[in-house]
Amino acid sequence: MSEVVVLRVNRREVQVPAGATVGVAVMTAGAACRTSVSGERRGPLCGMGVCFECRVTINGRAHCRSCQIVCESGMDVRTDD
Amino acid sequence: MTSNAPFNFDVLVVGAGPAGMAAAARAAESGARTGLVDENFRAGGQIWRSGCEDVPAEAKFWIQRCTSAGVMALRGVRVVDQLKPGELTAESMDGTHKLGYQQLVIATGARERFLPFPGWTLLNVMGAGGLQAMVKSGLPIQGKRVLVAGTGPLLPAVAAYLRQHGARVLMICEQASWLSLARFAITLIGQTGKLSQVMQLKKELPHVPFLANSWPVAAEGNEVLERVTISHGGKLETIACDYLACGFHLVPNTELAALLGCQSENGYVQVDDLQRTNVPGVFCAGEPTGIGGVELALLEGQIAGLAASGDIRAAEALTANSKKLKNFADHLQRAFQLRKDLRSLAKPDTLVCRCEDISYARLERHRSWRSAKLQARCGMGACQGRICGPTTQFLFNWAPDSVRPPIFPARVESLAALANCREPAPQNVVGGH
Amino acid sequence: MNSYDVAIVGAGIVGAACAYECCRRGMRVVVVDREMVGSGATAAGMGHIVVMDDSEAQFALTRYSQRLWQQLKSELPDDVEYEECGTIWVAADDEEMQEVERKCSHYAARGVATQILGPGALRELEPNLRSGMKGGLLVSGDAVLYPPCAARFLMECAQERGAQTRMGCKVVGMSEDRILMEDGSEISAEFLVNASGASAPELTRGLDIKKRKGHLVITDRYPQFVRHQLVELGYLKSAHSTTSDSVAFNVQPRRTGQILIGSSRQYGAEHKEVDHEILARMLQRAREYMPGLELMSAIRTWTGFRAATPDKLPLIGPLASDKSVWLATGHEGLGITTSLGTARLLVDQMAGAGTEIPNGPYLPSRLGKEHAHV
Repeated sequence: MSEVVVLRVNRREVQVPAGATVGVAVMTAGAACRTSVSGERRGPLCGMGVCFECRVTINGRAHCRSCQIVCESGMDVRTDD
Repeated sequence: MTSNAPFNFDVLVVGAGPAGMAAAARAAESGARTGLVDENFRAGGQIWRSGCEDVPAEAKFWIQRCTSAGVMALRGVRVVDQLKPGELTAESMDGTHKLGYQQLVIATGARERFLPFPGWTLLNVMGAGGLQAMVKSGLPIQGKRVLVAGTGPLLPAVAAYLRQHGARVLMICEQASWLSLARFAITLIGQTGKLSQVMQLKKELPHVPFLANSWPVAAEGNEVLERVTISHGGKLETIACDYLACGFHLVPNTELAALLGCQSENGYVQVDDLQRTNVPGVFCAGEPTGIGGVELALLEGQIAGLAASGDIRAAEALTANSKKLKNFADHLQRAFQLRKDLRSLAKPDTLVCRCEDISYARLERHRSWRSAKLQARCGMGACQGRICGPTTQFLFNWAPDSVRPPIFPARVESLAALANCREPAPQNVVGGH
Repeated sequence: MNSYDVAIVGAGIVGAACAYECCRRGMRVVVVDREMVGSGATAAGMGHIVVMDDSEAQFALTRYSQRLWQQLKSELPDDVEYEECGTIWVAADDEEMQEVERKCSHYAARGVATQILGPGALRELEPNLRSGMKGGLLVSGDAVLYPPCAARFLMECAQERGAQTRMGCKVVGMSEDRILMEDGSEISAEFLVNASGASAPELTRGLDIKKRKGHLVITDRYPQFVRHQLVELGYLKSAHSTTSDSVAFNVQPRRTGQILIGSSRQYGAEHKEVDHEILARMLQRAREYMPGLELMSAIRTWTGFRAATPDKLPLIGPLASDKSVWLATGHEGLGITTSLGTARLLVDQMAGAGTEIPNGPYLPSRLGKEHAHV
């Protein structure tokens, strides 16, 4: 599979292989997904959608678990970063 | 409220991992109108997670079997609550759905157990299965230095996988003792399938030190992981690395079973030989009944699917194979029991509840989960105790609370739309490629 | 048998406030609860400190008690999350807007400063309310807090002054200077206080207290989506009804940025399980007022039981039939607000002193027949 998906993370363009999750896109962009209650930068922990550390805003909708969502072309992903 | 469930299955299976697919295939093959619901879009659960890659061959087999048998797959659909016995509410990206059934098979699998230690909340500290899932989902790992730690058979499996994808696996730190591991290895004799799996792993992990009696003591770095200190045989060693893949075996996902009133013992759903729970019409198969791996999950799934669709004889015939595999599950649990030392890894300011950032110090004064929840808000965040519940149970011996709906966060509109539901478009179980 | 001045049954916000007040006066106190501090209705409710004008007596008590909270606020620890965010009573139509004006003058005449908001002003303060609202009434002195921690704080203050506690102890009888526990042990005290909320009739037979079930939903974090406690004026109709199930729009911003969504009232529902139909109605009502709630992530739902009396006023004072038994219960949806005031009224009466507001409307004897019973 040589397809690539292009999306934006915090307004910067990111390329990921087709089938990659938004969580991967955020990590690829060098960003953290969210800032915790006490100010820590957090990223994916469990990789399977139960820890909620990977929450980001996708196309305006907040609290999406990025490790569970496959990237789509043109997605607008915003993290707390 | 009128029951106008758009879906009415003879057998509804929740969870499309090995147990779920086996149950669905067998039920449908027996003639039952069968539904298979999973919040992921691709079948396979965790162990057969695909992501950017293809599913393993064994997964393909079961996927194909489900398709051929006419299983109706509800993908990207997450069960949220029970409306009444025989009817579940579920949510997908674009709507709310009522799922009606005569018989239910709960095959909700397991998740990793995490234990806190200083620095465990740093970026690039993940579960072992967690990092593997991310790599499967496209995370580049080529050339990255990875330390694998924790406990359980998942560790070498993950290490091998990461190596195959170009990672530099620096070592595997298993907290179990050599004695436990040796005892466990002995139980594998006579189980040729498992033994060859072990030999295969050994082949794939040359030059990767495997340390028993070993666990992480601290992770350090400036917001991102830079190095990990491990304890090995009483001595400390600090290792520079890019990722720490650390998980302490698995805990069962029993929330749905608990919501439906199924009895549990020691945290596992209680079932009889035919995978029946104490709730009429509700079966449970796979990890929620005991962590036993893929083979056992496939067997239990088939038994449950056959029994649920009424083919009791065929179900009973399969139970002959259960004993050996259930013994394996027992050996597994014993071999990878958590040692007491792991309770003292957390320092007073180490966070235990990550959703609400509650430290060890704020929790240790509480005598129960409920007290900690009410006063410190531990477990009141988005994960609703899925991460910190097993953790605090190990650290403080707190028994878990009862489950409240929704068993997974749901949109307000889903909770509000219980009278108006939309039918999800049925899709095939097989992924696009 | 241990001997105390006061034995309080119930360590919810009201029991804790009573312990706090008794200890302030130097009384020897023991508090008994079948579970833990703040684990009943106190754990389930919204934690709203609000002045309510359903009746003069209700106004007097809520106002009195709200002032006591304001006096205490600087001592409250951080985890009590006290915020004087204020309440906005939202008017959806002209009739409700008239009610806003009536309320405004009613409060003004009684010394509570409020501000009438036209549609523009309302929109500015709460942009996420559905457009088309006619306006509202802002009551800035109202506040919110997190009740279990507030109850714990009050209890700790009492304990610092020597109060003892027996948690995890179920009380099976209280009369004639003695509390009888399930394990057979007894506590004797000059004053016995029944502060056990919706369970009060189990200990004091004949109390006309009925369980009024409520539902709440909490969302994930959406900071600044709501800034004040928002209540629809129709809330009063809901709280008024003595027979039917009802829902009303009532949302609260928590300091965490999570949104607490209520409210519902049901009579005759005795089981703790979430009632899906009324939950759905409650949320449908909520999104009528705030459409943006619809797509939010709801992480938990739960229920609680308010203790409701026939005239919507609590019972604060002695039983006629047994002078050792005192009641501090029946607070319906105003337990948090009126807890401090209740405690003052109770302890003033115990001490034979005058009360700071007329206590007649809250005396148990006003309801006629009742009797203490083992």
